[in-house]
Amino acid sequence: MSTKKKVRVATTSLAGCFGCHMSFLDIDEAIVGLIEHVEFSRSPINDIKHCDPDCDIGLIEGGLCNAENVHVLKEFRESCKIIIAVGACAINGGVPAMRNHYTLKECLEEAYLDGIGVENPMIPNDVELPLLLSKVHPIHEVVHVDYYLPGCPPPAEAFLKVLTDLLEGKEPSLPKEILHYD
Amino acid sequence: MSEANNNTIIIDGKEIPFTEGQTIMDAALAADIYIPHLCHRPGLKPHGSCKLCTVEVNGRSASACTLPAASGQEVSNNTEALTEVRKTITQMLFVEGNHFCPSCEKTGDCTLQAVAYHLDMLDGHFPQFYPKREVDASHESIVLDRDRCIMCELCVRASREVDGKDVFAITGRGVDAKLIVNSASGKLADTDITTDDLAAHICPVGAILIKEHGYETPIGRRTFDLHTIAEPGLEPVILRKGKHADEH
Repeated sequence: MSTKKKVRVATTSLAGCFGCHMSFLDIDEAIVGLIEHVEFSRSPINDIKHCDPDCDIGLIEGGLCNAENVHVLKEFRESCKIIIAVGACAINGGVPAMRNHYTLKECLEEAYLDGIGVENPMIPNDVELPLLLSKVHPIHEVVHVDYYLPGCPPPAEAFLKVLTDLLEGKEPSLPKEILHYD
Repeated sequence: MSEANNNTIIIDGKEIPFTEGQTIMDAALAADIYIPHLCHRPGLKPHGSCKLCTVEVNGRSASACTLPAASGQEVSNNTEALTEVRKTITQMLFVEGNHFCPSCEKTGDCTLQAVAYHLDMLDGHFPQFYPKREVDASHESIVLDRDRCIMCELCVRASREVDGKDVFAITGRGVDAKLIVNSASGKLADTDITTDDLAAHICPVGAILIKEHGYETPIGRRTFDLHTIAEPGLEPVILRKGKHADEH
């Protein structure tokens, strides 16, 4: 076994759909090569609940729609040397930010009271539920973001390219063929 | 200027010809040189509003789409500094509207998006503005989604200059600027716009769309999934994309 210290990567999905994580896993067998150089800290992949304090790279999927998202994002920023905004939602709020056209009250009433097919109309109000922000925000409005990886989701090759560049000590760059916003 | 062979300008070190009355943009397009632009479309009166085609002409900034070509001009176009300026302009266009590419029917055929790809734009940089703008879905076959409007006035000019109808206009200034429809109700349904009009197809973004044809070409096989915007000769392809095969 190699004694070289592995690069520690943490990942999370905030106001996202986990589609970016699914795309990351689409690197398929390339993950075998990657795992020789990388170990995962907090991530939905391993269910570790908090970041090691000395993470190298944090991959953030999703924007900020509630208070918990903000806490998690701040934990990542404090723990990770490099933060990468992954996917449309982390970068500009994405589809969840389409609710910004409406007030929070209007959204909740449509979803839980007035929407078609709603049974037992009631707006959830359990103390366990994180409080919603009045607007959805991209993550760079709250913490410093080092790199951006666009796409909905970014293609698997884009994840691999950016991580490989960083592992090789290079500035990450995306070839035009794999740069897209959809 | 008296001899025809004096009618040349230099763009990024390359000498290209122009004819009297052509702008720098006209000459560049004719020579297959790409200068990024959004509010310009050959055949319509130049507008000079998006400023993406800003070039350095003998050391001074100018809009290539409005400045007449003249002998002796040395034009810088594809420079690192201009690319950065153009990227910043494009980022501002993105954050000032509601541009959610994954949910937009125009994605892959959108010129704003393609320009952003060309400029290697990875993020919006600025705080999102998230403006509140009205959707007009009143017309039976054309939808107007102002969230994506970049105020380029291509539809305004197409309707006025080509269709002879004057359906659109921009009203207000600054953050209050918006695209309005010229009918008593302000609704598209009460105008005489049809899907045969240039104005219905010329929108470079997803603000004016033909209903029920948005997903005929799957995402991944659209114009800018297969081409880059800098490729010459794409203008007619972009316009034809907006027009469905069974229309004329």
